[in-house]
Amino acid sequence: MSTDAPEKSAATPDRYEQVASSPEFAGLRSALRRFVFPMTIAFFTWYALYVILSAYARDFMGKVVLGDHINVALIFGLLQFVSTFLIAWLYARYADRRLDPVAEQIKAELEGGDQ
Amino acid sequence: MSARTLTIVLFVVFVLITLGITIWASRQTRTATDFYAGGRSFSGFANGMAIGGDYMSAASFLGIAGIIALSGYDGFLYSIGFLVAWLVALLLVAELLRNSGKYTMADVLAFRMRQTPVRVAASISTITVSIFYLLAQMVGAGALVALLLGIKPGQTFLGMDAATAKIATIVFIGILMIVYVTVGGMKGTTYVQIVKAFLLMVGAALMTVLVLAAFKFNLSDLLGSAAEKSGKGAAFLEPGLRYGKEVAGDATQTFYNKMDLLSLGIALVLGTAGLPHILIRFYTVPNSKAARKSVLWAIGIIGVFYLMTLALGFGAAAMVGSEAITAQDKGGNTAAPQLAQALGEKFFGGTNGGAAMLAVIAAVAFATILAVVAGLTLASSSSLAHDLYANVWRKGQVTEGGEVKVARISAFAIGAVAIVLAIFAQSLNVAFLVALAFAVAASGNLPAILYSLFWKRFTTTGATAAIYGGLVTAVVLVFFSPVVSGTPTAMFPDSDWHWFPLSNPGIISIPVGFLCGWLGTLLSREPADAAKFAELEVRSLTGHGAH
Repeated sequence: MSTDAPEKSAATPDRYEQVASSPEFAGLRSALRRFVFPMTIAFFTWYALYVILSAYARDFMGKVVLGDHINVALIFGLLQFVSTFLIAWLYARYADRRLDPVAEQIKAELEGGDQ
Repeated sequence: MSARTLTIVLFVVFVLITLGITIWASRQTRTATDFYAGGRSFSGFANGMAIGGDYMSAASFLGIAGIIALSGYDGFLYSIGFLVAWLVALLLVAELLRNSGKYTMADVLAFRMRQTPVRVAASISTITVSIFYLLAQMVGAGALVALLLGIKPGQTFLGMDAATAKIATIVFIGILMIVYVTVGGMKGTTYVQIVKAFLLMVGAALMTVLVLAAFKFNLSDLLGSAAEKSGKGAAFLEPGLRYGKEVAGDATQTFYNKMDLLSLGIALVLGTAGLPHILIRFYTVPNSKAARKSVLWAIGIIGVFYLMTLALGFGAAAMVGSEAITAQDKGGNTAAPQLAQALGEKFFGGTNGGAAMLAVIAAVAFATILAVVAGLTLASSSSLAHDLYANVWRKGQVTEGGEVKVARISAFAIGAVAIVLAIFAQSLNVAFLVALAFAVAASGNLPAILYSLFWKRFTTTGATAAIYGGLVTAVVLVFFSPVVSGTPTAMFPDSDWHWFPLSNPGIISIPVGFLCGWLGTLLSREPADAAKFAELEVRSLTGHGAH
């Protein structure tokens, strides 16, 4: 079978709409969106700021702040690495605690339900 | 043994090992899921490594090191964009795609839409992006071989001059990638990418440690020597030598240069999560949690690698010097191998040590190219077979074995086309194709994916409008840009039909892609299928019914 019909899914279309409008699922959806949307805006703004400063604030980026040669541009660039690692870690923790248990519960109910 | 012989021996060892793995993998490849998705059996860590192997191309390894070595800080902008991009994949795409798709990007896009138009659009976009990327890699490999094997003009190697060796390399790499994909499928390709990622990380780490040791682990000293040797002083350590250049007395050109930098920056960060050969990697793990883990590992591996590009690039600037680098290759692509040679000479006993290090790093560079082109060939052949053949043409009425057979034939055909195109393009400057692939992925694929997953009202018309709108805008703008004609470094330096002032189309084409998706949705006659969206949402968020 090569089409995209859900193979294991025995749930009927009605069932999906039912689940999608349940308060549990609404909670899962908003828990996901509450984290990923603001975080996406945050890292994108932070990255855009870095690129814009690289284009338009050359004097500021060239300021030496550490030792004889380590300037703002380098520190700012390294901070992009730090923020990326940090956001990845925060998301992993959040998903582990707040998303996975709810998702698994809803899935179990769906699969244990009307099959 | 000369460096050239050692490079070839090491590379042959890599090829033999990976071919062995490929043949072993082919015995494990029975079903369509095995061929397209490696049986969904890889762990998060293994897939994270494979993602690194799929993603870190020669453009990353040789290209960024070269740009930093010649233009200083500006090369680092690439490293940052390529890494930050993974947050889009982690937060918005990887897990939802894994839960709702099967083998290709189109599986998710077409989930709640009319199959034919969306799959055709997604397939055209997948093949276009992959072929662009593939061409850049293969032409790059051809250009590199003479340099890495040290075939100088007038010399011959195995009876081939530099020009013949170039064509031979393109054909050889093309045949290998076809073999990996047709024989080993996703399983074989994944192992090739894992081995390559390991070699690349070890090679880069060794060089980084040696560079730092040469400067007594004082980063400031390394930067200082690089700046001094570059002859450009402190400006070498600041943005602006290559991108967003300020042209004295020409405010318009300065404005365009700065826009170009912003445009490149946006495309890098938004392109990754729309690259089909990256997206299909998420299907190789058993569930969405493993998909998340693989992106986390990938961020770690890729992040460490791009940090090391700083040491490689500035190290090459300080220890090799721009004169010696441009004497080998104007684009700076040999900076990393030349640095390896310098490090070998310094730390491992003179000329022999230098030759050995050069050989090791040159072999790693070839392995890097091979793993990436295999991933690209697999992505485009999967889309051709699964989307166009099985779902559009045969409407799903095809046996699993039949579909896999078509996928193998597709890989052969795509590989053959890529070889021919690369031979025709070999003397043209096609390095811009990597940036173009990212721009198309960000302009066409990403809007369609995000709207599909998150916007209830999104329709078939919206999906096709986003993909075609973003794809066509990006390609047309680049065709009329200074990278294709009208400048000395253009693909066609002797003609001039350019009117678009930027080299990177993203700043226009990405908003156009999003806008087309939105407008197409508002203007569609058919409403979105609410029931299918409910199903997509429930399945993508919970993993219910996941393949």
